[in-house]
Amino acid sequence: MDVPFWNKQVETLDRASLQAIQLERFREMVAWALKTPFYGKKLASVGIASPDDVKSLRDLGRIPFTVKDDLRRGFPRGLLAVEMSEVVRIHSSSGTTGIPTVIYFARDDLDRWTDLLARSITATGASARDIFQNMMTYGLFTGGLGLHYGAERVGMTVIPIGGGNTKRQIQTMKDFQTTVLHVTPSYLLHIHSQFESEGVRPGDLALTRAFIGAEPHSENTRRKIEDLLGIQAFNSYGLSELNGPGVAFECVHRKDMHVWEDAYLIEIIDPKTGQNVEDGQEGEVVLTNLIRRAMPILRYRTRDLAFLHPEPCECGRTHRRLSRILGRTDDMLIINGVNVFPSQIEEKIMKVPEVATNYLIHVDKKGALDRLTVKVEIYPKLFLGEAARLEALRTRIREELRSSIVISPNVELHEPGSLPVSEGKAKRVIDERPKD
Amino acid sequence: MKITQISVFLENRKGRLYDVCSLLGANHVNIRALTIAETESFGVLRIVVDKCDAAVKLLRDNGFVANFTDVVAVEVPDTPGGLATVLKIFADNDVNVEYMYGFVEKHSDKALLVFRFEDTDTAQQVLARHSISIVTRQEIEGL
Repeated sequence: MDVPFWNKQVETLDRASLQAIQLERFREMVAWALKTPFYGKKLASVGIASPDDVKSLRDLGRIPFTVKDDLRRGFPRGLLAVEMSEVVRIHSSSGTTGIPTVIYFARDDLDRWTDLLARSITATGASARDIFQNMMTYGLFTGGLGLHYGAERVGMTVIPIGGGNTKRQIQTMKDFQTTVLHVTPSYLLHIHSQFESEGVRPGDLALTRAFIGAEPHSENTRRKIEDLLGIQAFNSYGLSELNGPGVAFECVHRKDMHVWEDAYLIEIIDPKTGQNVEDGQEGEVVLTNLIRRAMPILRYRTRDLAFLHPEPCECGRTHRRLSRILGRTDDMLIINGVNVFPSQIEEKIMKVPEVATNYLIHVDKKGALDRLTVKVEIYPKLFLGEAARLEALRTRIREELRSSIVISPNVELHEPGSLPVSEGKAKRVIDERPKD
Repeated sequence: MKITQISVFLENRKGRLYDVCSLLGANHVNIRALTIAETESFGVLRIVVDKCDAAVKLLRDNGFVANFTDVVAVEVPDTPGGLATVLKIFADNDVNVEYMYGFVEKHSDKALLVFRFEDTDTAQQVLARHSISIVTRQEIEGL
């Protein structure tokens, strides 16, 4: 099999040389981190006051973990290592408590991130000859813009169509003879289900590849996508705290994702003890960003569960491979690629006087897409007998939720006492999506 | 004279309407008029009964969300155009009807209709001025 490289020298470095680069960049990142109020304190507490206090990669283990709450507590500038005038882009996620998680990029940071995406795209065999339809949401979410600039750097013809509007997506695939897609697996399956009604016939499309990410999916789902569309589907991994997509990507062999280890230090830990586990053992992914100076992140607990392959890949790359994401250590839900925490929903519901305190979050599949239903009990004293007012209430709750969690849930009103009552720790989330 | 309608919130669950009706039936409450406002996800049952206060207490004691709404029951000639005559009076006098529905049973040769008005007091004055007879609470209870 032809194995294309973007930067063969770096991608095939022997382990010792790779670790030498890692150490140099790790020390550099510690220097930048020390400029921030957050890490200044954190690193001082373990005796690291200058990069000279880092002698080897083993010193990584001395540094306390960083968690998502740290990023929120540091809002807005506690983790910023440069002057705001040097920041050229901000990305953000909505966060669970209304305080957003903000990520800052300086010009060079974007350049290095973009290069990782060019490397990722090239590793799949895609090239400047391809027409790339980027179906991820643009804007504050890193998925859209990240791949966009990476694809431009490779020289692909980029169609920045963004998410949604199935009719236009399909028409665009036909009109421009798109060859490569970037999309969530569930949306791609939904698009496929609409081919017939949109009059797509075999031979109308020129698709060869899809980059799929932003939501967990099984190997069966990948095979299904590949069989139905007659394409190759490549798994992708990333999160905005670590720049966004391009932390790890599959190569032409499609046997799990190479973590770009010159840009990220990866650890797999036992989420209970915080101790590193052996390659091959499942645990929580912990990542250190080696390439972003504006906002350094050291030992970030992703809450994603996965394992590292101990054995090398046939492609010749020396960067270790990460399994698909097997689960989460928290209760975060991923609905059609969007991260949703139950606490975000609870916070909004509890502010509505017409609803009682009991609620239920229900997730299932409608066709290929996830469907989120929020069930609430109405407060009897505020029922004045008018159906129109209840409809208005439903709409109001839906809009309130949408402002917080981005997606628009179905809202159901229920009689008091009809939803399961909390006994100790209430089971508020019922996820009936098939795990296949 | 206003009469009282009971509004009951019905979530979208099998047998919920039956639950209400069987509860009322078992306690000898007679439903005089009935309609359901339905939406895609829930319904509101609107009933006029003979023993209104007792019925609401009964419903609430059994976990239903129920409340009172003022409505007016009107006698309309049970002939073609009977309802139109009354509605014309409302239209001419700027009386807005939010919703209306018919009675379950007939009271002599007149049809009985329940109206929910935007402004119940004004509506009653207009009805009185045009000598349209309004059914009293006592009459409802005795039906």
